[in-house]
Order: sequence, then C-alpha cells, then structure tokens
Amino acid sequence: MREREDEWTDLMRSAISGDDAAYHRLLRAITPVLRAAARRGLARAGQPVDQSEDIVQDILLAVHLKRQTWDTSAPFAPWLFAIARNKLIDALRRRGRRIFVNIDDFAETLPGETPEPTASPSEVTAQLQALPARQRDVLQSIAVDSASIKDTAAKFSMTEGAVRVALHRGLASLTAKLRDR
Amino acid sequence: MDTDQLIRTLTADNAYRTRPIGLALMLALLAAAPVSLLIFFAELGVRPDVMTAMHNPFFDLKFAVTLALAASAIAVSLHLSRPEASLRGFGWWLLIPAGILVAAISGEMMMPQRTPMMTRLIGKNSMACMTAIPAMSLPLLVGALYGLRQGAPARPAVAGAIAGLLSAGLAATVYASHCTDDSPLFVATWYTLATAIVASVGALMGNRALRY
Repeated sequence: MREREDEWTDLMRSAISGDDAAYHRLLRAITPVLRAAARRGLARAGQPVDQSEDIVQDILLAVHLKRQTWDTSAPFAPWLFAIARNKLIDALRRRGRRIFVNIDDFAETLPGETPEPTASPSEVTAQLQALPARQRDVLQSIAVDSASIKDTAAKFSMTEGAVRVALHRGLASLTAKLRDR
Repeated sequence: MDTDQLIRTLTADNAYRTRPIGLALMLALLAAAPVSLLIFFAELGVRPDVMTAMHNPFFDLKFAVTLALAASAIAVSLHLSRPEASLRGFGWWLLIPAGILVAAISGEMMMPQRTPMMTRLIGKNSMACMTAIPAMSLPLLVGALYGLRQGAPARPAVAGAIAGLLSAGLAATVYASHCTDDSPLFVATWYTLATAIVASVGALMGNRALRY
C-alpha cells in the first residue's frame, strides 16, 4: 500500500514537470481504486453500483483541474482521497442520501482489486452535448475520435494553441455543468 | 465517453498550466481594489488631521490590527484552498489580530484618559464604520472569491468566511485612515461587528462560489 502510494507521488511529480506518459499511467493506476471506493459508497447508500463510473469520471476531472493545489513536497494519496471523498459525498447527496464516507474506503482498496466498469457512464456524455460548439468539437475529436491535438487543429483549421485552450475550457465547463446540474 | 477516453483527454491537457492560487488571488484583489478605493474617496476620504493623528500610537495600532487580520486571513485562505487542509493547526493565525487588539485595550486602560470608557467605546463614527467597512469589502470579497475559485476547499463556507475576513481586513485598513475614533475599545466593538457581517456574507457566497 505504501509502495503504491509512493509510486503515485513520483508519477504525479513527473506529470507536473511535463511527463504526459507518467500522467497517463497515474490516472490509469488510480482509476480502479476510485471505482472500488465509489461502488462501496453507493452500495452503503443503497444505490445501484452501476452508477459508479459517473462518480469516477467526476473525480478524475476534479483531480485534473485542481492538480495545482497539490503540494509537490507532500504525499499524493491524502490529497487524492480528499478530492475523491468530496466528490463521492456530493454525488450521494445529489442522489438524495446523506451518508458518512470513510476516508478508509479509498485507502483500504487492495492493489489486486481491479473491478472493471459495469455500465457505461452517461453524465459526462450528456453534458458534452450542452457545451459550446467549438469546445464540444475539440473534446469529441480528442476524446472519442482519439485524434491528437495537431490533427484536431488541422481538422478544424485552428492553431494548436487554440485547440489547447478550447480543450481546457471544455473540460472546465464540463466540470461546472456536472457540479451545477 | 468512457473512462479510458476521458483519461486520454486529460493527458492531452496535461501541458495546460493554470495560475498558482496565490497569484490568482493577488491579481483578483488588485483588480477589485480600485472599486473599493473609489467608494472610499467618493464618500469618506482621509481625515483632515491625519498628520497629527499619526503621532498617536492608538491611531497607528488600528492599522496593525487590520493589516494583521488581512495578512493572517490571506495565509489561511491559501492554506484552505487545498482539498485536504482544515483549520486545525492554522486557525490560530487568526488570533494574531485579536491579540494585538487585546494588548492595545490593556495599554489604553493603563493610561490616564480624559473621556469615560463608554464614550470611547461608542465613539462618533459607529454607523459610518458599520456601513463603510462592509461596502468597501464587497468588491474585494467578490475578487477574493473569484481568485480562490482556482482552489479546492473541503468546506467552501468556511473558506468563504475567511475570504470575508480577508476583505474586511483590507477594507478596514483603508477606512481606519478616515475614522477619528482611535480607541481600541471602538475598534474591538465596531470594526469587529462590521468584520463579522462581511465574514457571514463571505460564508454564504463562498458556499456556492467555492464548490468544486
């Protein structure tokens, strides 16, 4: 467990200094842990666990957009679990339940426990349609069509800088829509 | 969009850097400050005897209290913008301005006074103080909340209340140069009440604005 969390911290440090591959590995590594915790939270609240993937995506978006609040000299896991807990409580509250979420829900997930997503998430996809056209097109192109930033720029006759800005704004407004719905 | 696709998209956005929160807060406060100063110079202005007042230690102490409040609230705001942070171990920063105020009150108590205690406490400007500080705080509070939106506070209402203290501290620093009531008893009563109003407004606004 310690080892796993130290590895996360190292990956996040590399990610922040510009290593995209490390960032990708980190996000893939934390996802099953978040998924298991989201399921446990839903189950305890008497909610169907097949909504867990929406919560996982919610947490990943928050991790991404708030990563500058992580102090690079501190361990990564407590920061991650604080964000995840906040998002899980929000999600359960929105479903009409107030429930105590234990931080151990996250910390105690065993490394071997890697549940696969059960149902396809619907909330991000639905909110994506409500974005301004340019942000939606760029997000669609990069997320769904797996195009690179360069190819996306060529496709929409935009500069790469403009694609990057639209991508970031799209992710930020997607998160805002998920929060305020 | 499935989760793998989302992760790939977030990775594509890894190079995007947002401003550090300290910088975002500073820029937002700098943008809001002219509005507060406009209110001050249009409605109040610096007291005419400011040059002589500066020789009165109790006039200067007002600035020590309000600046200490602003500085400690800024430090606590930045701390609380982290998701895993709480007031524990950091809340005592906010006791610094209160400590200066208590020391100033005891100092004044030990000196011979021409006016009775209640007269000093009630002063002449209590209503101006209670309206001017909240009015000048409001633009700063909006600015502070805007800057702090970059953060991820665990308790948005608490973070909003501290942002209220921060803006009240800055507004009161400017207001103190107008107010002719220099007794620490006046400051402890009316400045504190005005600050409490701003902190409550900050809590209400922060509860919505600072959710992430």
